[in-house]
Amino acid sequence: MSALDSLWVIAGMFVVTFGVRFVLFARAHKVVMPGFLDRALKFVPVAVLTSIITPMIFVSQHQLNVSYDNPWLLGGVAAFVVGLWKQQQLLTIVVGVVVFFIAKYAFS
Amino acid sequence: MTRFNEMRLGVVASIPMIVGGIPFGLLFGSLASSYGLSPWFAIAMSSMVFAGSAQFVAIGLISIDAPLWVIVSTTFIVNLRHLLYAADLVKYVKQLPMRLRILMGFGLIDETYAAVRPLYGNGVINTVTGHRAYIGSFLAFYVMWNVTTLLGVLSGELIPGMSEWGLEFAMVATFISIITPYLKAAPFWLAAVSAALASVVLVDLPNNLGLLVSAIIAVSVGYFADLALQRAKASKDSASRSTTSKDVEVEL
Repeated sequence: MSALDSLWVIAGMFVVTFGVRFVLFARAHKVVMPGFLDRALKFVPVAVLTSIITPMIFVSQHQLNVSYDNPWLLGGVAAFVVGLWKQQQLLTIVVGVVVFFIAKYAFS
Repeated sequence: MTRFNEMRLGVVASIPMIVGGIPFGLLFGSLASSYGLSPWFAIAMSSMVFAGSAQFVAIGLISIDAPLWVIVSTTFIVNLRHLLYAADLVKYVKQLPMRLRILMGFGLIDETYAAVRPLYGNGVINTVTGHRAYIGSFLAFYVMWNVTTLLGVLSGELIPGMSEWGLEFAMVATFISIITPYLKAAPFWLAAVSAALASVVLVDLPNNLGLLVSAIIAVSVGYFADLALQRAKASKDSASRSTTSKDVEVEL
């Protein structure tokens, strides 16, 4: 990729990323959020983040993988259980990552 | 509270997710170098675009020589969720000066939203000074992301195969740690389960569109479940009220 191409990629990605994040803040003093939207928006983090990670956990090479030797599934389940049970963010992340790596090296 | 203390609130709330972000940043840098991209390119992307999952998708597309418009429009779609975060935060930023809103817009990532939004919700920070906690969180993630990108580029050149270690699992664990505290009421469970099902069913849609469609389905499910629950509660309340008034009549 040439230097000019690189520049265009960065510029293009910057414009759309910053644009999406800033457009409502730019008009924030004029935007009035209808009540139904507030009720819907509180589901956004759960909806978006679950949609990002579930395929990473369950799908490998276009195939559903729910076998016990799938390290993504084991690490994901461990983090989920610890997250629900202990409600401590750091513990959830560390336990999930540790289980994932143990499973990955145990089954490889 | 002093300015420093308020910024520190945002940093402290971000620490667990910063720990989760470190492997992810290292992976980004090492992947960029394994794809033969220049170190400057990786660093420019992390410092100018500052969007973890979109950066991964983008360098994947670059490595298969995708055209510019595909890279930019995919970035747009992957980042559309931030529009929804912004919509939720509008009520807290509307009285702030424009230069702060520009900075906060630039720094609006999943992790800062997840760290700071609950602080507004439970009253730890308020509309007047809460932006300092937000900016503290943003700066902490910004420094971490750029330093780990640089280290990843350097170590990716020294340690070949680092990109196959599975470091991206750190993102999965981080996102799970953001999701689980929400799972206390039935509508949130329904939203999570429908997002999980829909995202797996729709995983092969082109350009990551499955993510967007599945998120919209899950938000709708949560919304209608919440509405139904509230109506059920309201009718139960009015039913119990009418029984009480009957009891009163009998007593009279």
